[in-house]
Amino acid sequence: MELIYEISVNGRRGVRLPASDVPAATPLPGEFLRAEPAGLPELSELDVVRHFTQLSRRNIGVDTTFYPLGSCTMKYNPKAMEEGARLFLPFHPMIALLPGGEALAQGTLAILHHMEEALEEITGMDAVTCQPLAGAHGEMTGIMLIAAYHKAKGNRKKYVIVPDSSHGTNPASAAMAGYQVVTIPTAPYGDMDLEAFKAALNGEVAAVMMTCPNTLGLFNPHIKEICDMAHGVDALVYYDGANLNAILGQLRPGDVGFDVVHVNLHKTFGTPHGSGGPGSGPVGVKKALIPFLPVPRVVRRKDGSFTLAADNPQSIGRMANFFGNFGVIARAYAYTLMLGREGLIEVSELAVLNANYVMSRLKDLYELPFDQTCMHECVFSASRQLQHDIHAIDIAKFLIDKGFHPPTVYFPMIVKEAIMIEPTETESKATLDAFIDAMREAAELAEKDPAALKRAPVTTPISRLDETKAAREQNVCFA
Amino acid sequence: MSNMYYTKEHEWVKIDGNIATVGISDYAAHQLGDITFVELPKPGKAVKQFEVLCAIESVKAASDIYAPVSGTVLSVNETLNTRPEIVNESPEESAWMATMKMTDPSEVAKLMNREQYDEYRKGL
Repeated sequence: MELIYEISVNGRRGVRLPASDVPAATPLPGEFLRAEPAGLPELSELDVVRHFTQLSRRNIGVDTTFYPLGSCTMKYNPKAMEEGARLFLPFHPMIALLPGGEALAQGTLAILHHMEEALEEITGMDAVTCQPLAGAHGEMTGIMLIAAYHKAKGNRKKYVIVPDSSHGTNPASAAMAGYQVVTIPTAPYGDMDLEAFKAALNGEVAAVMMTCPNTLGLFNPHIKEICDMAHGVDALVYYDGANLNAILGQLRPGDVGFDVVHVNLHKTFGTPHGSGGPGSGPVGVKKALIPFLPVPRVVRRKDGSFTLAADNPQSIGRMANFFGNFGVIARAYAYTLMLGREGLIEVSELAVLNANYVMSRLKDLYELPFDQTCMHECVFSASRQLQHDIHAIDIAKFLIDKGFHPPTVYFPMIVKEAIMIEPTETESKATLDAFIDAMREAAELAEKDPAALKRAPVTTPISRLDETKAAREQNVCFA
Repeated sequence: MSNMYYTKEHEWVKIDGNIATVGISDYAAHQLGDITFVELPKPGKAVKQFEVLCAIESVKAASDIYAPVSGTVLSVNETLNTRPEIVNESPEESAWMATMKMTDPSEVAKLMNREQYDEYRKGL
């Protein structure tokens, strides 16, 4: 497909305006005028409409395709939430800050407050801030809160403990907050090695960051014990909410002993994500951390109205402009109300059921390094296919030809040739079966006709990309 | 007797007097896949044994490279800035990453020779 600049025709216009019959306004001063024309593509309206419609048809998303991208929770986003969010489009975030504007902003403030309350209930935390703009930003906020807590108590802390199966953002957030990262290996049963953890835990540990279930899709049965041990040395325990979809309504991190939680609204609460956002990563905390939360906070007055409070001397400050990604929060709030308590519980039940179904129907053909009941996702290894020189990436490319977005590959990094499948709760059994058939076909081809897998994809506008060249020569300018 | 030693994290180090030359093993290069970028250390950087020396990126992942011995970085292989692919082509020769002035030659005792490394790899 050609670029819009390549289909440009000299002199072609979308609209030709009649000659003006009113006097021209004062022309712009010379220094503001271009020396040369802007070099825009010259096209008719129909050219433009066709170009972008064609482009959109080549787009892949959960609205077109099953999207089992492990660790990303690419569930379907109900369109009713879009309608809900649209109600708030006319409101500028500054309104609440203008003199007299608070009365006009009651609806938006109420949504923020109600969403915080809902997340407190769901995560078992005492307070929530909706400011952070994404998961990693929530982690950063959470670790800064932990650092502020230790500083206020006069604790001398140096380390943050992170299992080696964690998302890379965990050690990155800890390092950004000035801590040294201690990585704990994964034991053969798939959870953090408990003995290694005990050996690493000491009075200088500021926090332990856990993803539960972890990135292998496994629930850690020692999670309460880990929280208790950490508290024994006044280390706080951080719950990375990346995999909250697995335990929604079943277990509240706050009840187990977690002190700080971030939630990815764009994963668990079904708001759009991919291609860089916008996301939303609210952070929940236990009582001891409330004084440090970002400002301004939305508070409810005695008369039931809402206002913004910024008089919090111990606060870590602002983490985002205005109140976070409000549009995402409004969608997530609509989602929460739409599903309700029972619906949210069913989300995790079906997410876990679907993942286990996929796992059990593929484990005869694909290596399952940690063979046990999984939570919302399962992680295979293409190690058996590797004997035929077929890598995880070849299987992923083949799935594109079969009409699926590939699963996550090469993550978590502790699994060789990892294939990480997260079907989510929104897919039917028929869709899962079609995906399973495609995965089984790939395994068969790996043995009988590996060259066919190496050629894939053949149905896409551009076939196998040279990913190495793309990564080495990052020139994305149109010349 | 070879003067090449290996770490559990798959770096190699060649010892020449008190000068250590560092790279990643052929096994590591193969596991990482096509290398796209090597973040070389700055000359003068002081690092302790098994601490992060620099980083490497492949089409699959970004990984840290750990110092096989303690010391100070003397020079780096600038060719890797423009031709990271030589890590795949010649990981244990042309694609050396840095030379270091060793501070404690006795640390070599904590490393593996080729035979021990091959044995270690088999267990992975």
